[in-house]
Amino acid sequence: MAKKFSHATIEKNSILLLVLTLVVVAIGGLVEIVPTFLIKSTIEDVKGVRPYSPLELAGRNIYIREGCYNCHSQMVRSLRSEVERYGHYSLAAESKYDHPFQWGSKRTGPDLARVGGKYSDEWHRLHMEDPRAVVPESVMPGYPFLAQTPLDYRNIEGGLRALAAAGVPYSAEEIENARADLEAQATLDADTEGLMQRYPKAVARDFDGNPKMISELDALVAYLQMLGTLVDFNAYENTDFTQ
Amino acid sequence: MAVSSAPGATPPGTMTSAAWAVAGALIAGAVLFIAIAAKAQDAPMAAHAWLFVFAFLAGVMALGQRHFNVTHGGSVADDGTGYADGVVKAGAIATLFWGVAGFLVGVVIAFQLAFPFLNLDTAFTNFGRLRPLHTSAVIFAFGGNALIATSFYVVQRTSRTRLAGDIAPWFVFWGYQLFIVIAATGYLMGVTQSKEYAEPEWYADIWLTIVWVVYLLVFLATLAKRKEPHIYVANWFYLAFIVTIAMLHIGNNLAIPETWTSSKSYALFPGVQDALIQWWYGHNAVGFFLTAGFLGMMYYFIPKRAERPVYSYRLSIVHFWSLIFIYIWAGPHHLHFTALPDWAQTLGMTFSIMLWMPSWGGMINGLMTLSGAWDKLRTDPVIRMLVVSVAFYGMSTFEGPVMSVKAVNSLSHYTDWTIGHVHSGALGWVGFISFGAIYCLIPWLWKRERLYSLALVSWHFWIATIGIVLYITAMWVSGILQGLMWRAYDAQGFLEYSFAETVEAMHPFYVIRALGGVLFLTGALIMVYNCWMTIKGRVRESEPLPASAPAGATLQPAE
Amino acid sequence: MSEKHKDEVTGVETTGHSWDGIRELNNPLPKWWIYTFYATCIWAAVYWVVMPAWPYLSLDGWTYTKGVIGYEQRDVVTGEIEAIAAGRADTMQKIATTPLPEIAADPGLMEVALGAGRAAFGDNCAPCHGSGAQGSKGFPNLNDDEWLWGGTLDDIHTTLQHGIRWDADDNTRFNIMMAYGRDGILSRAEVSDVAEYVLSLSGGSENADAVSRGADIFQSQCVACHGEAGKGNQELGAPDLTDAIWLYGGDKTDIVETVSNGRSGVMPAWGERLDEGTIKALTLYVYTLGGGQ
Ligand code: HEC
Ligand code: HEC
Ligand code: HEC
Ligand code: HEM
Ligand code: HEM
Ligand SMILES: [Ca+2]
Ligand SMILES: [Ca+2]
Ligand SMILES: [Cu+2]
Repeated sequence: MAKKFSHATIEKNSILLLVLTLVVVAIGGLVEIVPTFLIKSTIEDVKGVRPYSPLELAGRNIYIREGCYNCHSQMVRSLRSEVERYGHYSLAAESKYDHPFQWGSKRTGPDLARVGGKYSDEWHRLHMEDPRAVVPESVMPGYPFLAQTPLDYRNIEGGLRALAAAGVPYSAEEIENARADLEAQATLDADTEGLMQRYPKAVARDFDGNPKMISELDALVAYLQMLGTLVDFNAYENTDFTQ
Repeated sequence: MAVSSAPGATPPGTMTSAAWAVAGALIAGAVLFIAIAAKAQDAPMAAHAWLFVFAFLAGVMALGQRHFNVTHGGSVADDGTGYADGVVKAGAIATLFWGVAGFLVGVVIAFQLAFPFLNLDTAFTNFGRLRPLHTSAVIFAFGGNALIATSFYVVQRTSRTRLAGDIAPWFVFWGYQLFIVIAATGYLMGVTQSKEYAEPEWYADIWLTIVWVVYLLVFLATLAKRKEPHIYVANWFYLAFIVTIAMLHIGNNLAIPETWTSSKSYALFPGVQDALIQWWYGHNAVGFFLTAGFLGMMYYFIPKRAERPVYSYRLSIVHFWSLIFIYIWAGPHHLHFTALPDWAQTLGMTFSIMLWMPSWGGMINGLMTLSGAWDKLRTDPVIRMLVVSVAFYGMSTFEGPVMSVKAVNSLSHYTDWTIGHVHSGALGWVGFISFGAIYCLIPWLWKRERLYSLALVSWHFWIATIGIVLYITAMWVSGILQGLMWRAYDAQGFLEYSFAETVEAMHPFYVIRALGGVLFLTGALIMVYNCWMTIKGRVRESEPLPASAPAGATLQPAE
Repeated sequence: MSEKHKDEVTGVETTGHSWDGIRELNNPLPKWWIYTFYATCIWAAVYWVVMPAWPYLSLDGWTYTKGVIGYEQRDVVTGEIEAIAAGRADTMQKIATTPLPEIAADPGLMEVALGAGRAAFGDNCAPCHGSGAQGSKGFPNLNDDEWLWGGTLDDIHTTLQHGIRWDADDNTRFNIMMAYGRDGILSRAEVSDVAEYVLSLSGGSENADAVSRGADIFQSQCVACHGEAGKGNQELGAPDLTDAIWLYGGDKTDIVETVSNGRSGVMPAWGERLDEGTIKALTLYVYTLGGGQ
């Protein structure tokens, strides 16, 4: 190799070295990433997955802000022990509106992909306030400040709008009603007709046990309680999930 | 571009037209950020906007001050070597500072996992916010400064030319520190994109892009005006590191801000594609930041310190190209058994296996360079540090391919085994190679005959090595235990352990890991003391050792 | 600086260049290194043939090579789980279809049921009821023989299947204890008196006056659920107040809090999340913890 073509040519030309390097490092990413946008089966064809309601989105943003992903995965791998512990393995479709994804890479705490509906709001309240009060073995930090901090949702429309720009199918109507929908979902016995129509399966109530305030905890619990609840797995065969 | 030795050029430090342009840009930037601060949607954005304003104005003042000093009789410090070493000195000090800060946060979060009350249950001190502070502080602040400083040093020496640009290298240095401060304070305030190792928000990302492009230009322009016919292998690696990180950083951080005055953004790509792009980035942050960059460091400091030629030029060529080509493909090994399609997982796994030998090419070239000088391992603790770092590199780049095998990964993924793997690479390889380089650089830069104390280097070496061994063995045991407990079945085939039981079982190992971290941090503090005394010009009297000033330390005229 | 040069120590030629005093030896690639590298590449190529691997553009659009053995991880895991299920078919299937008392009488089935119950309890129930099912404030102890909603096998099964105050389940057990203080039904003093009376039921009050005042209030407000004697009513999930076992604590302040603000603990329904066999197994597991009726 060294005889016919001499590496010295590259070694003597900084621009050539730069350009060749760029070409060489561009290939792998292109070949792997681009097809995941093009191969249709990458995202399974399942019903039920919808964009987050404004309150759930606000909760998700708190989940991100507090760095829960550092300890919790949201990705049940297709392995027997995981399916038995956490439920059906996660589908790509379930996170198709997730900007960014929250699959995680470390399980200091359990997987949360299907935690929705597993516990009561009251349990989440106690657990977020002081995890060791309910689970003595836990090493999770307490987040007592969430219940005391009013949720800042002045610009929740901005969030929906940015997501819409990234391809999430939020309609103009949904963006317009974002604030009202958020308030309706966090309030016991509010008028939720519009909310339900826009976000099927959304659950509306006072999540943090404090009807006087829409707190950050309201939003976070609303998010946790919807995780993994959108797809009805009984309606599908495994072969429907071939990627 | 003013070079001190070039006759007739504007003296460095005065307001050249380039300097005026920089000052103008900084003022324009300050105005922009005042506007953003005034309309900021949230408190972190306001705080960061003011921080930008403050930093930009400080930059303008520094330019003015420099001009004033030069025109009023003084001159910019020039040590007569013709090399721009001021910025390298600053980088060396920043490396020490951020190293200690990052290790300290590592120790704190290690103790938090062992004793969770240490989270203090406040917003600013909980594990979820401190962990990214640790990872970014050690990788980007400590590692990044080490890379910038050594690359600036090495490219000048091996190209026999002064660093290109007058203000530009300083802009890279201070711009990078500003990025670090924005990122770190952001994490504490809860500003994060949640993409591991790329957590800083959109505006910090844009700022880093600007700084990084200038870094690339400085490095490239220095190479372009080199007085050596060939580009030295260390610079291939540094260049690949700089340019690939630019590509990865931009690709992975594409996001849409909520508004231009909000600190919050949403990633451009969703779900499975976002995950793949994240680990394309994340794995190659390892490959190009923590590997290629530090290999560049190794290719200079080991032969230099050992005063031995590099083992094989041909190996350099083959392992360089194969390494950078193959690394990029391996990202999907972070997503085995997830909702990423099987075919992509296959590619991730197979390329990781093929990556083994290209990685070891660097190890062979590093270790075999010592042939004929093995006795230096005994006599010079700095060499010992450099060599052991290469051994750790070899170990983690063997462990990595093993963990990429799906059958192994099904056990190791999500567990502390990954953490153990990370830190054998991070503490052993990245940490030790940087310490070795710093121990070389400090006396060279400050023109000291030698370090204050080699005995202290030896102490540092042993204390840190014991710390690493405690850390990684504890994590191997806990990781494998955790993985086995998660999939353990009782006699009837039902899951044996609840998750909470596995959490409880980790406790002793978390304590041991934290103690290992304390040792590693102690070693680093010893290093800081040693470097500080060296800079002050002190020599420990009880250690009469021959001087080891590097050959060819001054800029020689081109032939 | 390109003069040929030989390294004195090893006798190997260098490439002739020198950078800041650093030279490079012209050693060949180590043989074992390059052969191992080739071996990994060949192995990878074989793997690509066998397994799904390469994306490409086909006539039907973008797709990928499926690999000759048709591997698909999702089929593998489904197959594994089905195989396990098949292996246990006679037992778990039987558990799902056999009436609870008959399972309890069959030691073979019971062994499996208790194993399955123990496994499911750890990750699903222990976070609330504690790893030893000992409960904590607001979350009942499942080891004792005080039952809110009944401790027969059927009662427990219904509780697990439909939950307690679990809105999403139409057949959930439902009943709430009102907020007598907060809603202004009783004054502060009255709440205090009735609390003294409740305490007296388990022998814990010294204030005879308050107790007698409280008794009247209790008769008018509380007997509907807790019964004349305060023995509770499992139809309504109203606890026995005479046994000194407290869900929400037995201090005066706890009881005042209970009466003032009411209580309505929530237990999730598991019918949607767990299969019938597992729910039955859990029922039997809980039943045998000590307090089954
Ligand atoms: C230091 C690591 C850590 C962090 C950070 C953390 N957790 Fe946890 N989490 C745990 C552990 C360990 C458990 C298991 C023990 C328990 O239930 O507390 C857990 C359990 C949970 C559970 C119960 C899951 C189940 O199925 O039992 C939820 C829900 C949860 N965490 C939510 C969160 C949220 C929301 C955040 C961020 C605001 C968070 N966690 C941050 C470690 C953590
Ligand atoms: C979110 C917390 C939570 C979880 C998870 C939970 N429980 Fe409960 N459980 C409760 C609460 C609260 C009550 C008491 C409800 C009340 O106050 O009436 C209860 C009541 C019960 C009762 C009735 C006790 C009685 O005295 O009548 C049984 C039996 C029971 N749980 C078993 C289980 C089992 C088995 C599981 C797991 C499959 C489980 N629970 C999971 C919170 C929980
Ligand atoms: C509508 C039915 C109803 C009425 C009327 C009612 N209770 Fe209750 N009570 C309940 C229920 C149901 C619970 C259990 C709540 C739970 O499990 O979360 C309960 C719980 C309690 C407890 C807590 C027991 C423990 O173990 O901690 C006390 C004390 C109590 N009631 C006292 C009273 C008193 C005093 C009154 C009258 C002023 C009253 N109750 C009226 C239904 C009722
Ligand atoms: C005093 C020394 C150190 C200590 C005590 C320490 C401790 C820790 C701890 C406790 C974690 C979190 C692990 C978990 O979530 O379970 C962590 C993560 C991490 N640390 Fe360190 N660390 C140290 C030094 C370093 C150094 C020098 C580097 C890099 C150069 C580094 C890189 C990382 C990375 C990349 C992670 C994230 C790993 C992952 O996500 O898989 N650490 N460290
Ligand atoms: C041939 C080289 C290497 C290969 C093939 C490799 C492979 C892997 C694998 C398979 C994982 C686990 C992914 C998971 O299960 O989540 C991993 C994690 C990691 N490795 Fe390596 N590794 C290599 C070298 C290194 C080196 C030299 C370093 C550090 C200096 C390093 C740093 C990391 C980090 C930081 C992570 C954690 C990522 C995260 O989850 O946050 N790796 N690597
Ligand atoms: Ca509320
Ligand atoms: Ca970022
Ligand atoms: Cu990787």
